[in-house]
Amino acid sequence: MVAKLKSSYGSGIEALTYAGQNYMVVDRSMIPEILQVLRNEEQFDYCVDITAVHYPQRERQFEIVWVLYSFARNERMRVKTQIADGESIASSVPLWAGANWLEREVFDMFGIKFDGHPDLKRILLPEGWKGHPLRKDYGILQQDNEWVQINLGIESGQ
Amino acid sequence: MTDRNSSLSPLDLETPEKPFLDANELVINMGPQHPATHGVLRVILRLDGEKVLGLECVIGYLHRGVEKIGEHRTYTMFNPYVDRMDYVAAVSNGMGYCETVEKLLNVEAPPRAQHVRVILTELNRIASHQLWLGTHALDIGAITPLFYTFRDREEILKIYEKYCGARLTTHAFRIGGLQYETYNGFEREVKNFLDFFRPKIDEYEELLTTNRIWVERTRNIGVISGKDCIALGVTGPVLRASGVKWDLRKAQPYANYKDFDFDIPTGQNGDTYDRYLVRMAEMRQSVRIIQQAVDALPEGHIMAKVPKVMKPPAGEVYHSIEAPKGELGYFIVSDGSTQPYRLRVRPPSFVNLQALDVMCRGQLVADVIAVIGTLDIVLGEVDR
Repeated sequence: MVAKLKSSYGSGIEALTYAGQNYMVVDRSMIPEILQVLRNEEQFDYCVDITAVHYPQRERQFEIVWVLYSFARNERMRVKTQIADGESIASSVPLWAGANWLEREVFDMFGIKFDGHPDLKRILLPEGWKGHPLRKDYGILQQDNEWVQINLGIESGQ
Repeated sequence: MTDRNSSLSPLDLETPEKPFLDANELVINMGPQHPATHGVLRVILRLDGEKVLGLECVIGYLHRGVEKIGEHRTYTMFNPYVDRMDYVAAVSNGMGYCETVEKLLNVEAPPRAQHVRVILTELNRIASHQLWLGTHALDIGAITPLFYTFRDREEILKIYEKYCGARLTTHAFRIGGLQYETYNGFEREVKNFLDFFRPKIDEYEELLTTNRIWVERTRNIGVISGKDCIALGVTGPVLRASGVKWDLRKAQPYANYKDFDFDIPTGQNGDTYDRYLVRMAEMRQSVRIIQQAVDALPEGHIMAKVPKVMKPPAGEVYHSIEAPKGELGYFIVSDGSTQPYRLRVRPPSFVNLQALDVMCRGQLVADVIAVIGTLDIVLGEVDR
């Protein structure tokens, strides 16, 4: 399958295996197309998870990961791409309705914007919270003190 | 409201073409503190009279930043934290986490440990389904099943308590196998439980399966098709009740599930009643698995050779198991140090809760309670 994708899309795809699990690294510009092909032609009809990893020392800091599963093939595939801070990526809600909350969580935790998402807002943290906790530069004890003081009426949540 | 209230004219119930209530939308708030939401879940309902036009979930009240904590603890230290996500199925969470780290370390738990893990995890599936049944039935108005299920769940918790000292947040498994050997009489007690529990499932079913109120309150309520389930990523008993025969224990067997003989129960209609039947059948299948596992419990070591200081080679692994609520996945990125570089939990409750809107549209307000119950969510896992 990957060979087929490679022959039609060229060098933007790299297929790798680690611990018996297949994944591919795809150029950011090709993500919408590749995901669509995987969904419609390769029968990856179940979007298991969407998440991100922050690598602050890299030039393109964020790695977005889609975990896909195909019921027909009984096969998993991870798709990864790298984007820089401030860049956005196409939403996959039109492909998988379940991507909605998963993308909201990535936005909430990393501040990555998804273009075309129907309702992109924070999901686990309250609206108006400052900062994105799963970024590496966000300390484990850090919190939005201003929000805590205004909304909870206490000096600090610690 | 329109001027009907101010015009002081009597309600005209005879003319059907006029809607009984005006089409004005009523927005009401349910929760976050509400006994039927099984935790702190806030639901904003848009209503037309009693009918639900749509709803929005507001979650995050129990957010503790488990994934962030994971990045700041060693692999071993993070193990107890996973118990606190889905706290009614702590053993399943531990199973998923330990297996994922074992994959990263490229070790495998010894056969005896695998068997004990399967026994405890399936007992946990029964306990989780019992808690679901009791509270779900209570929400709908049947109080008796709660007493029955909690009485019988106690027997499982006693086994846990004897095995590892804890009843709820068990921390039963370790990376590489088990910390504790089974106690004296473990096998006998598990077998006794199975003999004790088999007729109890019939007892639960007697109370509900043909109970007219139960059937009226659950049949054709919260219907979701298999196609919609897949599009939304819904897994577990909800998916199976919609007719999709998919269970990770069969589709991509982990631990030693391929050694055991069991069926995957499915439903056809994808309604609340079918989900109830599927979970009842699942409890019977769990009993079958435990019986086989305890009959064939091998002797031997319970711990694989794992280093004291765990430093998995740099790499990333996604591994998932069939938790009582659906697919529970862990995605761990290792950078070769003692702490995970990134630890992502793919919680089944979080993804399944997204289906609430689809399932409740067109239903009555009272049915929202039934649908929240039938989704079997645990807010500790939704919010993490």
